[in-house]
Amino acid sequence: MNLLLAALLVWIGGGIACLLGGRNRRVAGWLGAGTAVTGSLLALLAGGQWVLSLPDAIWQVNYAWPLPIGRLALSYDGLAALFVVATALITGLAAIFGAGYLQHAPAGRSFGLAWCLYNLLTASMVLVFLSANALLFLLAWEGMALTSFGLVLFDHERPSVRRAGVIYFLATHLGTALLLVMFLLLGNHAAGVLDFAAFSDLQLPPGVAAVVFVLAVLGFGTKAGLMPMHVWLPEAHPAAPSHVSAVMSGVMIKTGIYGIVRLLTFLDSPPAWWGWLLVAMGATSAIIGVLLALAQRDLKRMLAYSSVENIGIISMGLGIGLLGMSADNPVMATLGLAGAFLHVLNHAVFKSLLFLNAGAVLQATGTAELDKLGGLLRRMPWTGNSFLAGALAIAALPPGNGLISELLLFLGALAPLFTAVTPGATDARAAGLVAAAALALTSGLAVACFVRTFGLVFLGEPRSAASQTAHEAGPAMRLTLVVLASSCLIMGLAAPWLLPAMMPACQLVTAQPGDTATLLATIAPLFATLRTVTLLSIGVLLLALCLAALRRILLRGRTISSTVTWDCGYAAPTPRMQYTAASFAEPILRMANHILVARRRFLPPRGLFPAQSTFASETPDLYEERLYRPLFRNLETLLGRIQWIQHGRLNYYILAIVLTLLALLVWKMR
Amino acid sequence: MTELCYSLLPVLAALLLAPLLPGVITRTKAMVAGRRGAPLCQLYYDLWKLLRKGAVYSRTTSWVFRFAPCLTLAALLPALLLLPAPGVAAPITCEGTLFFLLALLALARFSTVAAALDTGSSFEGMGGSREVQFASFTEPAILLALAALAQAAGSTALSDMFRDALPTISQTTTPAVVLLAVALMIVLLVENCRIPFDDPNTHLELTMIHEVMVLDYSGPDLAFILYGASLKLWLCGALVVNLLVPWSWADHPLAATGWLVVGLLVVAVVVGLVESAMARLRLLQVPQLLLGAGALAALGLVLVLRG
Repeated sequence: MNLLLAALLVWIGGGIACLLGGRNRRVAGWLGAGTAVTGSLLALLAGGQWVLSLPDAIWQVNYAWPLPIGRLALSYDGLAALFVVATALITGLAAIFGAGYLQHAPAGRSFGLAWCLYNLLTASMVLVFLSANALLFLLAWEGMALTSFGLVLFDHERPSVRRAGVIYFLATHLGTALLLVMFLLLGNHAAGVLDFAAFSDLQLPPGVAAVVFVLAVLGFGTKAGLMPMHVWLPEAHPAAPSHVSAVMSGVMIKTGIYGIVRLLTFLDSPPAWWGWLLVAMGATSAIIGVLLALAQRDLKRMLAYSSVENIGIISMGLGIGLLGMSADNPVMATLGLAGAFLHVLNHAVFKSLLFLNAGAVLQATGTAELDKLGGLLRRMPWTGNSFLAGALAIAALPPGNGLISELLLFLGALAPLFTAVTPGATDARAAGLVAAAALALTSGLAVACFVRTFGLVFLGEPRSAASQTAHEAGPAMRLTLVVLASSCLIMGLAAPWLLPAMMPACQLVTAQPGDTATLLATIAPLFATLRTVTLLSIGVLLLALCLAALRRILLRGRTISSTVTWDCGYAAPTPRMQYTAASFAEPILRMANHILVARRRFLPPRGLFPAQSTFASETPDLYEERLYRPLFRNLETLLGRIQWIQHGRLNYYILAIVLTLLALLVWKMR
Repeated sequence: MTELCYSLLPVLAALLLAPLLPGVITRTKAMVAGRRGAPLCQLYYDLWKLLRKGAVYSRTTSWVFRFAPCLTLAALLPALLLLPAPGVAAPITCEGTLFFLLALLALARFSTVAAALDTGSSFEGMGGSREVQFASFTEPAILLALAALAQAAGSTALSDMFRDALPTISQTTTPAVVLLAVALMIVLLVENCRIPFDDPNTHLELTMIHEVMVLDYSGPDLAFILYGASLKLWLCGALVVNLLVPWSWADHPLAATGWLVVGLLVVAVVVGLVESAMARLRLLQVPQLLLGAGALAALGLVLVLRG
């Protein structure tokens, strides 16, 4: 625990130092990235120490503080450890990348402030995971929202960035408002004590528990980017600098998942409909998220929608876990939860890798628009190859790590098919099958989505002059990319050793009698499966290399000639004739046109000598179009009616505050 | 040890006999049309010829294009180790092999489509786009169909599924077997780009999905791809054969391998007959048929769950 406290101090101290001494971008970069990496190393060391000591242990720290309610209570258990390790790993690596990345940012930005906010964001995220008191949790939560808001506004001179910042600010605070109500409800039932320890002893009436759970799903779901509360995510994540996008998409949205899971540790015996709710929201997020990702033409926006998809997958896993708990099926519960937790880790690694790749591409070409990129694999081999590793991993293909977590979820979803039919098992079976089918559809579409992105950005011919002259990223950036890409591979192959680390967290949620060893024993047959996956992955790689060698031997001494791509006799192919982002996705989006309505503007060629004709299409976010825009429009008209209160005279405002306080006083005295 | 040798027999048969299946299909079509047709072993001759040739590469392509045929074949070969023959368990049998099969097929698809995009040709991009479009619908269909078998057998290991599912299902709901077989057959047709989804006969440009993606390959690379395609046909066909042939028919592992081969030849003849009797669907209608396959699989699953 001391190491963790030291890490927190390093981050906060480093943040302040950057603010004070960071006028120069080089100094700020060294100082900010240095402290971020030092803090991360300390936190990772703490994680290692915890794994080695006793995985069931809970480290706790309690300090009194002068505020009337709440205490400075920190605790580090299996659940917190999982998220802290992911946060430390990703923020540390992204900081190294950021140090290289920001060297080339346009002048006139406040680099000291950016690094200060980066360090404080890391500190507040870790504090969210460590908090064992609702007030401290909410403070850290708010700190996280504000610091990341500041980071999103790094490029505040662009109007689109300012718009994204405002949307993010609104969304995150609406979510926090729901959480405030949720914690107050819990605190009210815990006789005014806001400690998590008090919450977990609560025996809530089912009605209150249901309200608390729904509030948590809505409030934490907003932060996680679960549909339909996701609309801020595809705005804010692409707007931030790429290393910040990596942190936001890789770990920050996982604080929402953490919140839901932490709440579940307070509530006992979840009813089946909680699981159904998470499975349904997760399935819609996953399917519509990946379809919208396919529809995007901006690399970073596409990655942001893919985060919505992956949060959906994680949520389905939690839903499977809850259904397993309510159906008394420990195998289903453990596999669902373990799959969700492993996917949290995996997604942190490959999504931050992909966002950093996007950053490298953006820096090299000045654009993230898919239709202006192409052929970058030859010009940026490190970036391209590491992107390929990330794409394989996120599309759940061997030998990547995404395959493992989705495999666990599939096995968990189908687990209730193999047990006797009990009253609770019907729900579990039906929801499991829904989740499995949704997961299969999602992974098929994810393959489409990422082979398209990889193909458009890195393969073929450059589609613009900027990508023609692109250059490879600097050494610091390359180092991060290589580390993250190899982590994808290693985590994929090391699954049998990684899975036991998920068990303490599962144990906290399922609250099964016995310790993690008994929980691990329920899924013992799984280890043979995981070992086989590892062997198969290695086998595929080795076999591919052998075949490549065979091919080389076969071609030895033969004529190998180069020519243009065969275009059926067409004499002058140009890069513009290549398949585009929109054309690749069009057939899939057309099939989904009942859900996603594409807007097309088509000016057909007219006359014998058509002068001009244009075609443009875009696929807007359906929730933004059909839910939020009408909602906010109506809200605006409604609130416009009481706008006369906002007249700008300070004395009346103060009067209003005094009157409110008096009213509250009277109400309390009554 | 002998058990392992016996379980490797179907794999050996696949490696040796897979290129025969396209020959059988072509011969069937020729006979229905009243022609004599190409030799049954045409693909073997083609492979032998291609392996001895040099190669031509597009200047646009990178290492991805050159490595993709190796990776595709390397993904399909281990998939053979997951499938049993009716009477012999597969060499790799553990919980979850059903998902390994899906993942390996997806890896093969990823590498083929990536290579197609690497050429920068709009034709090949088109093929890649359609390939991933159709595959995203076959994946839920194949999963639901196999989930029905998994439920009946109480396992997600392909060997156990095929051994135990048929006796269980056929006692209660025989129609389910038919539904699942039809669903798997549609999956076979689309995964291997046969009529009514794609016409492999109209070679090169007019073939809309698989053949168009590999337009730029030549020499040993093309040999790898053609061999891989015949292995994929074998894999999908083996799913159907394993579903329909009960394990009780084979009293010896050799007989089991024999049943598998005979079954696959029948499947190839059926594919040939389908191709003779049908025309290619309009592309826009393909998703409807794919959803139909998914619906059949779901219906089969419901029947199995009820029974």
